[in-house]
Amino acid sequence: MTEQPDIRSKRLEPDEIAANFSDLHPALSRSEALIEADRCYFCFDAPCTDACPTGIDIPAFIQKIRSDNIKGSARTILSENIMGGMCSRVCPTEVLCEEACVRNTHEEKPVEIGLLQRYATDPLIETGQQLFARAAPTGKRVAVVGGGPAGLSCAHRLATLGHDVVIFNRDEKVGGLNEYGIAAYKTVNDFAQNEADYILAIGGIEVRNNCALGADVSLTDLRNEYDAVFLGIGLGRSNDLGIDGEDKDGVVNATDYIAELRQAGDLSELPVGRTVVVIGGGMTAIDIAVQSRHLGAEQVHMVYRRGPENMSASAFEQALAQTSGVTIHHRAPPKRILGDEHVTGVEFDADSGKFVLYADVVFKAIGQHLNGIEGPATENGRIVIDGWHRTSLDRVWAGGDCVIDGDDLTVTAVQHGKLAAIDIDRHLGEQ
Amino acid sequence: MADLKSTFLGIESPNPFWLASAPPTDKAYNVNRAFEAGWGGVVWKTLGEEGPPIVNVSGPRYSALHSNERRVIGFNNIELITDRPLQTNLDEIRQIKRDWPDRAVVVSVMLPMNEEAWAKHLPMIEDTGADGLELNFGCPHGMSERGMGAAVGQVPEYIQMATEWAKSAAKIPVIVKLTPNVASILPPAKAAQAGGADAVSLINTVNSIMRVNYDTLTMYPTTGGMGTHGGYCGEAVKPIALNMVAEIARTRETSALPISGIGGITNWRDAVDFLALGASNVQICTAAMVYGFKIIDDLADGLSTFLDDKDMALDELIGKAVPSVTDWQHLNLNYVEKAVIDQDLCIKCGRCHVVCEDTSHQAITHTVDGERRFEVIDDECVGCNLCVSVCPVDSCITMKQVSDDNDAALAWTDHPNNPMRNTESE
Repeated sequence: MTEQPDIRSKRLEPDEIAANFSDLHPALSRSEALIEADRCYFCFDAPCTDACPTGIDIPAFIQKIRSDNIKGSARTILSENIMGGMCSRVCPTEVLCEEACVRNTHEEKPVEIGLLQRYATDPLIETGQQLFARAAPTGKRVAVVGGGPAGLSCAHRLATLGHDVVIFNRDEKVGGLNEYGIAAYKTVNDFAQNEADYILAIGGIEVRNNCALGADVSLTDLRNEYDAVFLGIGLGRSNDLGIDGEDKDGVVNATDYIAELRQAGDLSELPVGRTVVVIGGGMTAIDIAVQSRHLGAEQVHMVYRRGPENMSASAFEQALAQTSGVTIHHRAPPKRILGDEHVTGVEFDADSGKFVLYADVVFKAIGQHLNGIEGPATENGRIVIDGWHRTSLDRVWAGGDCVIDGDDLTVTAVQHGKLAAIDIDRHLGEQ
Repeated sequence: MADLKSTFLGIESPNPFWLASAPPTDKAYNVNRAFEAGWGGVVWKTLGEEGPPIVNVSGPRYSALHSNERRVIGFNNIELITDRPLQTNLDEIRQIKRDWPDRAVVVSVMLPMNEEAWAKHLPMIEDTGADGLELNFGCPHGMSERGMGAAVGQVPEYIQMATEWAKSAAKIPVIVKLTPNVASILPPAKAAQAGGADAVSLINTVNSIMRVNYDTLTMYPTTGGMGTHGGYCGEAVKPIALNMVAEIARTRETSALPISGIGGITNWRDAVDFLALGASNVQICTAAMVYGFKIIDDLADGLSTFLDDKDMALDELIGKAVPSVTDWQHLNLNYVEKAVIDQDLCIKCGRCHVVCEDTSHQAITHTVDGERRFEVIDDECVGCNLCVSVCPVDSCITMKQVSDDNDAALAWTDHPNNPMRNTESE
């Protein structure tokens, strides 16, 4: 156990890395989109729409693609989900709209709703053409804390309704997990920033980056200075394993490494372990495992304490990991981290008995928790809200991953921001 | 494999599939390729009178109605009759007939409305050894402005007159090709028959404008900024053609008139449609212009296999469905069908529900006991077949007879609500 850890950059040639991090699902061409749109049956009271957390009228937007009315199609999408572009890339459509598609009944090949949504929305983000205009100014000011999907969605809807918004964002850039968390091959060509720029271009939204709640601004001040406050602060902290040796070098939070990866100018410069062990069974675990392989890690093990049926990563994501060369182990809780100063391996206490996996790097990806907040009531580490996203505090709303029914999906966060904005608007109108 | 050998007006061909008079049959090169591919016969692209050749536009002559996957559903053209010298065509026809003695070579002809023109040109064509003549009274564009084509075909007296001239000038069979751009196909068919036509062929193309250009907001396509209506053909026109064929086949005065069926035939089933509704052979152009001559393989193989499966000879198929075509007033109003939805096949798209709810009889549920479920409400269903037509799943919705075959039939002609009903029995 005295070997030096094998961690280095440039494990692959730049063109291999470029290929590994290219678009996971390439965009549809016009003719592909027209043919795919023709497959939509234009269902009555469509099950796909019911399955969409933001309730996009999917048959309607597909019908508009079919008739070559791309702008109208985008309007249908964005009026319910201003992040329709990102959601078309990152939504687990296989368990949402596409799972509900009636075509699954006889042919197990749903309409490619995600790719069609991307086809309809990409041109707008590229050209920057705005489809929505702001209503007359109301003179009301709303503080939105957090520049992630929930915050941007809320801010956009409020700005559209005529309110002035200030976004207090902890990071250097807006976008939240779209910018810092999602796997790079799902959002190529800086799409997250381009989409955020598009959303902000509606006007009436001031962004204050590097401004964290608690450290740089207090909730009390915001409540005093603004007519309403929306909290879309996500889950700031990664969960610990709570086992011996967790503090050794080379044991890293997956989210930290992914954030570094997403901001890296040259992916081939990132240090990568030869053998990587990922602990966890969710999307983040899949993302770090697959991206480690794509950066050139020779062996990547993803170890989950329960069975495949309990994994929050979808079947598609699990398959993606496996075809990327990730070995998935089930029902194996970690027992302790091995090594002196630097990690050398992990011992697991599996149902079938103990075993050890050698590791140059260990990634922790077992979820995150709320970065302690003073004020609103919480439960199980998340903010308690009602049906309209009101917290226990007067004039404070919340949504996204930080609330009690957050499910760690971009699309859900967008819906939360939208619903809260609608309720805030209603509230401000009654004042 | 069932023998597809066909005899039409004594003209023999190895199968009943002829290429219609059109660009595919304009010259020996194309016709040779067609015969090599296996086509039974051709109707040579229309010849005009001797003299300076016809001039075509050099802009777009064709345009198409596409599906989203760019399948050609309908097609339109503004091409005129052959623009090659008459003698060139005659020489090539002679050579083709010599090289392909077992194939049918019929020559389409369009001449001015004077008898001398017919008396002069028809013997020249006959001299090539061609098997028959087809009088083009159908082209709806260009030539009709010069008093030929559809300008003749829309006036029964002219049809009869020109047919008589043709019959007195020609010894080989004369087929009269009819235009669908008329209120009823029967007067033109009767006129052809009265003029002595040996057969009719139909339909020629339908007057049409394909669409506008969404950028320029002019019609599409144009020649130097201006456009004109063309002749519409392809799959989209088949039902129009079938009706006209059946009208002639089921009308007593014209029922003996042999018919060469034309209009949107793309595969063997389309051919079965025409043959069963009274055509003795079929002619095809658009499908060949969209896919090439190779489609003859599916046409011939499909028809032969179908006849095998039905244990039927080609001749037995011809006209088989004609007795099932009648006037609305003779339909049995006591016959009742209701739609039935097979719940095992239903994919729950709800299309049947929404179209019935929005546009018809509110006879299909969307929810049963709180579940998404589409069932026919028998009391409301009038048996209209709309749900069957829109259902995306084959055989999921079917029509089931609920009336008793033993019940007396009641047609409109005898219906109590009909003030003009037959009263003899009362």
